Amino acid sequence: MSRRTFLKTSALAGGGLMISFTWLSAFSPAEAKSDPALPGNWVEINGYIKITPDGTIKILNPNPEFGQNVMTSLPMIIAEELDADWQRVVVEMGPHDSVKLGPQFTGGSNSVRMYWKPLREAGAAARQMLREAAAQTWGVPLEEVTTTSGVLYHVKSGKSGAYGSFASKASGIPLPKEVKLKEAKDFKVVGSSKKNVEGRKIVTGGPLFGLDYQQPGMLIAMIEHPPAFGMKLKSFDASEALRMPGITDVFTQKLYENGFEQGGFDTRTFNDLLVVVGKTTWEVMQARKKLKALWEPAGDTKDTMGGRGQKREVIVPGELESTDAQLRKMQEYAAKPAQQLRKDGDPETAFKNAAQVIERTYNAPFLAHNCMEPMNFFAHVTEEKALLVGPLQAPGWTEPTLAKILNLPPDKIEIRMTRMGGGFGRRAYGHYLTEAALISRKVKAPVKLVYTREDDMTYGIYRPMYTATYRAALDKDKKLVAFHVKGGGIPEHPIHANRFPAGAVDNYLAEGWQIPSNITIGAFRAPRSNFNAAAEQSFLDELAEAMGKDPIDLRLELLKRAKENPVGKNNEYDADRYAGILKLVQEKSGWNKAENKKYSRGVAAYFCHNSYAAHVVDMVMKDGQPYVERVFSAIDCGIVINPDAATNMVQGAVVDGIGNAFYGGLTHKNGAAEQTNFHNYRIIRMHEAPKKVEVHFVQNDIDPTGLGEPPFPPVFGAVANALYKSVGKRFYQQPFSPQLNNSSIL
Amino acid sequence: MIKLTINKKPYQVEVDPDTPLLWVLRDALGLVGTKYGCGVAQCGACVVHLNGEAVRSCVTKVSRAAGQKVVTIEGLAAKADHPVQKAWLELDVAQCGYCQSGQIMAAAVLLKENKNPTDADIDAAMAGNICRCGTYLRIREAIHLAAEMQRKGSNG
Repeated sequence: MSRRTFLKTSALAGGGLMISFTWLSAFSPAEAKSDPALPGNWVEINGYIKITPDGTIKILNPNPEFGQNVMTSLPMIIAEELDADWQRVVVEMGPHDSVKLGPQFTGGSNSVRMYWKPLREAGAAARQMLREAAAQTWGVPLEEVTTTSGVLYHVKSGKSGAYGSFASKASGIPLPKEVKLKEAKDFKVVGSSKKNVEGRKIVTGGPLFGLDYQQPGMLIAMIEHPPAFGMKLKSFDASEALRMPGITDVFTQKLYENGFEQGGFDTRTFNDLLVVVGKTTWEVMQARKKLKALWEPAGDTKDTMGGRGQKREVIVPGELESTDAQLRKMQEYAAKPAQQLRKDGDPETAFKNAAQVIERTYNAPFLAHNCMEPMNFFAHVTEEKALLVGPLQAPGWTEPTLAKILNLPPDKIEIRMTRMGGGFGRRAYGHYLTEAALISRKVKAPVKLVYTREDDMTYGIYRPMYTATYRAALDKDKKLVAFHVKGGGIPEHPIHANRFPAGAVDNYLAEGWQIPSNITIGAFRAPRSNFNAAAEQSFLDELAEAMGKDPIDLRLELLKRAKENPVGKNNEYDADRYAGILKLVQEKSGWNKAENKKYSRGVAAYFCHNSYAAHVVDMVMKDGQPYVERVFSAIDCGIVINPDAATNMVQGAVVDGIGNAFYGGLTHKNGAAEQTNFHNYRIIRMHEAPKKVEVHFVQNDIDPTGLGEPPFPPVFGAVANALYKSVGKRFYQQPFSPQLNNSSIL
Repeated sequence: MIKLTINKKPYQVEVDPDTPLLWVLRDALGLVGTKYGCGVAQCGACVVHLNGEAVRSCVTKVSRAAGQKVVTIEGLAAKADHPVQKAWLELDVAQCGYCQSGQIMAAAVLLKENKNPTDADIDAAMAGNICRCGTYLRIREAIHLAAEMQRKGSNG
């Protein structure tokens, strides 16, 4: 057992055993450093397993559920080592408790990865104590007590008994100093598909989501935002709105006071809120239309950024930005010198002496998360305490902000996490929870803050707008001698400098630049990777063509080089695992088989969030448009906990990737989002989804890495490469669909 | 006062007759299984049955439902044993689950009207329902499975 893991037992009232566990972060320091999305100081996480005399095993799920299946898959890990009968397991969503439960968060494809070891240890400890309880009761040696699916056995004497009947006795047994974890080959629960524990509630419409939460006397609040980024409220007249039925209040509310030190996840769209409060959602929606608000340009404003002990002032430019002007500015910046992020060898000389240089530039727009459940949160704040209920990926990141703003100690703030109707990174930014809390405090009543779809889409925390220029130098034998990527974005660059093909090319240069903006951005499923994989994987396809090589063979050759004689240091990826998914997808897709020639095929592979994913996309023409009919996916995310649910998530990531590659994009005109709802922000629909997405997981005994994000980024590249085969043209700008009809949103 | 029959139960609500049925269900009656997704009949999260037809409750005035038969996800089947619900559970369709009540209600009407839909029939009938998690493949498969259950008359 890890020295950093602590367990505690206690008896349950009415009999039974409870094991509480506490552990320190399982993250490697390298990961925490490379990903600013991860909080700096992880402390401890607690959870529990309760076994009652009737044999029911109640397992607390510590992590928020947004569709990634943690309500099911995390308890499965405990059940595995406990050797529990899965049918007797009841799962409960854990409360948020920053002292006892630590930083619970969903993001970075980390849920299973960070809980894997501690949950196994907790389950194994509980099983050992139950065995000891049985050994003492039966007067037999501990070694002779075995378990099978929730039942203890002593084979020699023929004695047996269910876990429940030994639970109370087990609670008096000291915690084992050491427990032996199972070998992967002995797993019975892990690796066998289990149904979603909330499936029945979902298909019967049971209240599950934040927006479903109701309380007697609860009011509904909405925020009227400025019509554009870069604008602010000048004045307003609410007299007509206040006369509308059901309306109780209209007022302005400042979210962060001047000088408030924002942490990395305190991002908010606007600071000065015009709030409408009333009795029902529809009444508030109607009253908003009667508000007479005057808005004015805000000019440059200043944000104070804190966190990590580094207070700094950031100027937020006041410009009312438009997409065409943003593109021009990006072209200007792309031509200027940029920050060097990594350099190997002598790329300048290699490019100068090259026989052939290939250069391509890729662009992608802002993306809105468009979670099906719009942002919302319930709050009931009084002088003494605050209750908050709703969908949130990282309560531990918002609670300190709330404590400061409400001037309440953290133990007086209760955050209950509901199931989330999607997250995709958007709900890591808890400003809407703080907004709800301030509104509740002001109106002295329980309030549910609701964003309409339009609010959600037009005041988002978007995936940034990106561009990148890739250059490759070939010598006279068409050998790759130098590789250069220079990427930029509004307001951050996308470059991961130490990823493939870094490490595989003698002369390598990665550079980045960024343009400040008032358009708010944040994490979006596989941040930065979701653009890089599109651009880089399209470029590699074009490079393979120029070199006269098969695109999979080219990648495998480069990976062989990276494995045998790596260039430079800090290469993030494992060349063997990377090559492994390419070989698997090559085999499973019948990459070179004649029978597949009827498809326009595209391949791409990528590493991010500690896992590896490759896709082969098979495109056909349907109703005169390119259509992805089937996809083969190869994934290496280590041990898979719940294969059917994991397959579902990969299939979903493929559909999401196809949808965003073809249709996704948010543009601005004078600071205002031009897409406002699903009539003009196109989301992939049923008839555009493939007939088949065949998912293959690499079978290995590597501790689970990540799965929510890794399959998503390479879809874009595979789609672009299939499109080239399909219509004979390379696509450099996302989304692709408008260009098929000779237009572009960029 | 508007009289409604929802899931075979009578209700009386005092609301503006122009209020969308969605908000009457959710805010006034606490039937929150019917979801808000877009408010403009684009995403299908709010689909309910009005006299057996699939309608978008976000754009259906409550006055239109007065005196009519409304069925929501909560009332689709007494024991969650509608073939569509069973197929959804069998294939573990949901990821986040938010859009699924609308998907299920739309699929139930499709299967009432077409006992053996093809992929193309399903694509056409379900094109109005967005799933942001991308569970479309499983929805399609589940509709085929539900059709099979329905044909075999296995409803228990």
